[in-house]
Amino acid sequence: MSDNQGPVWEVFLQKKAGQPFVHCGSLHAFDKEMALENARDLYTRRGEGCSIWVVPSNAIVASSPEDFGPFFEPSNDKVYRHPTFYQIPDAIGHM
Amino acid sequence: MENISFEDVFEGKLAKNEMIEPKDWMPENYRKHLIRQISQHAHSEIIGMLPEGNWITRAPSLRAKVVLLAKVQDEGGHGLYLYTAAETLGVSRDELLNNLHTGKAKYSSIFNYPTLTWADIGAVGWLVDGAAIMNQVMLQRSSYGPYSRAMVRICKEESFHQRQGYEIMTHLAFGTKDQKEMAQDALNRWWYPTMMMFGPPDSESPNSENAMKWRIKRETNDQLRQRFVDQTVKQVEYLGLIVPDENLKWNEAKNGYDFTEPNWVEFKNIISGNGPCNKERLAARNKAHDDGKWVREAAQAFAKKRSEIYAAA
Repeated sequence: MSDNQGPVWEVFLQKKAGQPFVHCGSLHAFDKEMALENARDLYTRRGEGCSIWVVPSNAIVASSPEDFGPFFEPSNDKVYRHPTFYQIPDAIGHM
Repeated sequence: MENISFEDVFEGKLAKNEMIEPKDWMPENYRKHLIRQISQHAHSEIIGMLPEGNWITRAPSLRAKVVLLAKVQDEGGHGLYLYTAAETLGVSRDELLNNLHTGKAKYSSIFNYPTLTWADIGAVGWLVDGAAIMNQVMLQRSSYGPYSRAMVRICKEESFHQRQGYEIMTHLAFGTKDQKEMAQDALNRWWYPTMMMFGPPDSESPNSENAMKWRIKRETNDQLRQRFVDQTVKQVEYLGLIVPDENLKWNEAKNGYDFTEPNWVEFKNIISGNGPCNKERLAARNKAHDDGKWVREAAQAFAKKRSEIYAAA
């Protein structure tokens, strides 16, 4: 059975200018223009966003859950990347 | 190193109330259960457009008409959120639609009842959407991430649906004698079918045990039904209407109402295809899909043409 709904697109919304784009869901569409219009109709019926990104689902590269440990491991033992690692004299106050 | 199986990781996540995401390992039965539940839910949203669509051209005012249009459009949107959530489990949209159109998949029994008067549109929004919200609020905490996220979005939108339904009921209940009778008649016909929406009693619900174990559901059918009755009775009383149940009585000991169970034989009949509108609903859905065929084809042809223009430029 062929999929006559078109490929899947992932939709990202920006709520207000200056805020990050957040994934809000996905949809089917035959090309990027239609994907954008469908995203507007489906995900912004109540002013949920001021800007939309649509991305072909198969263009997304994702880390895999099985590799969770080893994939993120290199940063786990580097406490010196956090500000609390450093001693600052009390006399200086907040820094 | 200790040998931890995929199953242990999965069970561990559930135990810690963590979400399961599409790429996580999951037991095959969990996947199957979710596909069945989410797609049934999606089909219900889509079929749910039909009883209300029946009144769009006959809404009693322009205000009522735009409201009903917006509501039906929302239901279509909810169906689409849910279909894409189901698709993350490895099933295609065409397959899901095909299961609906051939009658292989089920949808909520409630949409096989007819909407005979304008008061039914009030009762559907107030009671049917009210019951759906109760179920969906629980499902916001469902263990499968995409389902839970779709529910959060849906719940935000549903609140308007229930309020508009109750507003229709207040206009009728505080209107003329005839209008009030119409409101009571709608309540009489929708009360028990609405209670069926939570599913069979816990003792006879084949899918409940797994759904609870896997935290797909967080509360049982009977718990939700009880809460629905407890919450709705005072809304009925405010309208000056009567719950069509002689056995409805406050029970201090359980801090809730005692009430008559819906007719479960009728329920079984309806979910096996013999309700008042089953054939009509399925025929209308199939017709809508077939009538939309040229639109899908045109969109596909247009996309192809546009890509050729881009390539040539």
